[in-house]
Amino acid sequence: MPRFVRYLLPLALFLAMAALLYRGLSIDPHLVPSPLIGKPAPAFSLQRLEDPAVTLSNADFKGQVSLLNVWATWCVSCRAEHAVLMQLAQSGAVPIYGLNYKDERPAAKRWLQQFGDPYRANAFDADGRVGIDWGVYGTPETFVIDKRGVIRHKYTGPLTHDIVRREILPLVQQLKAEQG
Amino acid sequence: MPRLFLAGCLCLQLLPALAGTEMFDFSGKVGEQRYMALIGQLRCLVCQNQSLADSDAELAHDLRVEVYEHMQQGQSDQQVIDFLVARYGDFVLYKPPVKPSTYLLWYGPFVLLVLGLIVLLINIRRRGRQAQEHFSADEQARIDALLTDKNRQENGS
Repeated sequence: MPRFVRYLLPLALFLAMAALLYRGLSIDPHLVPSPLIGKPAPAFSLQRLEDPAVTLSNADFKGQVSLLNVWATWCVSCRAEHAVLMQLAQSGAVPIYGLNYKDERPAAKRWLQQFGDPYRANAFDADGRVGIDWGVYGTPETFVIDKRGVIRHKYTGPLTHDIVRREILPLVQQLKAEQG
Repeated sequence: MPRLFLAGCLCLQLLPALAGTEMFDFSGKVGEQRYMALIGQLRCLVCQNQSLADSDAELAHDLRVEVYEHMQQGQSDQQVIDFLVARYGDFVLYKPPVKPSTYLLWYGPFVLLVLGLIVLLINIRRRGRQAQEHFSADEQARIDALLTDKNRQENGS
């Protein structure tokens, strides 16, 4: 082994380790990867928020690309996200379903009246059981579901215009092009 | 009366001890020890440095209820763990499973240890070899001369 290699080896090892640790700095430990990606949407059947007599179930997602947004009136960042959802809904790019998580029906209805309703329909998950099945740990969360009803992406945290444009819409376009 | 008031105040101090603890019936199938051991090794996703047992978060409460009910249905610890991992991923486990993505975590320290030992061995052997190196006849003569010189001085003669 030439001499210079022997001297450079520790430096190379150090740099490799530094690169690894530096990468770790930019990973947010609160973003836990969902094991549900690539799996069929967990089965559920819940009363609709708007009308207890009608149900919303995972079967309603089939045959179209859709979003499922988990929200609640007690969730402060959901309020910040709401305007983004409104704009996305108005653009007509993709239907948004809502999972109203551990909320109260009158409060949730009032919210939609007051700030506008971006949702095609809302499932009312009062006790959060369906939320657990979906691995919800921090509202808001948004799932992208393909035509076969398979979860393809999950975004944790409030959506922004930027994330919708860069992350959500390109994926929606791609999934729309897929065979159903 | 003041005594009663004081006693009441003392009782209030116990309230924090009740926080984050549901009242479950442990007389049936589910043993308290088994339940406590299980929620102690599961991580709360909201406050990530706390276990389900420690956390006061709303989600931790819901998951404790979930764990209890699954145990009540006669499920084994592993079945309960699998239920949570299927929804929240390996992250709920304080002890991550051994699989390709965690090889570095599990075996990395041992690899470093072995590398360190190899470097140490190489160094020791090289040093041993250097000590055995012979001096040329000239150098040896000078060394001897210096040493005898030094000995004479030290003996004070």
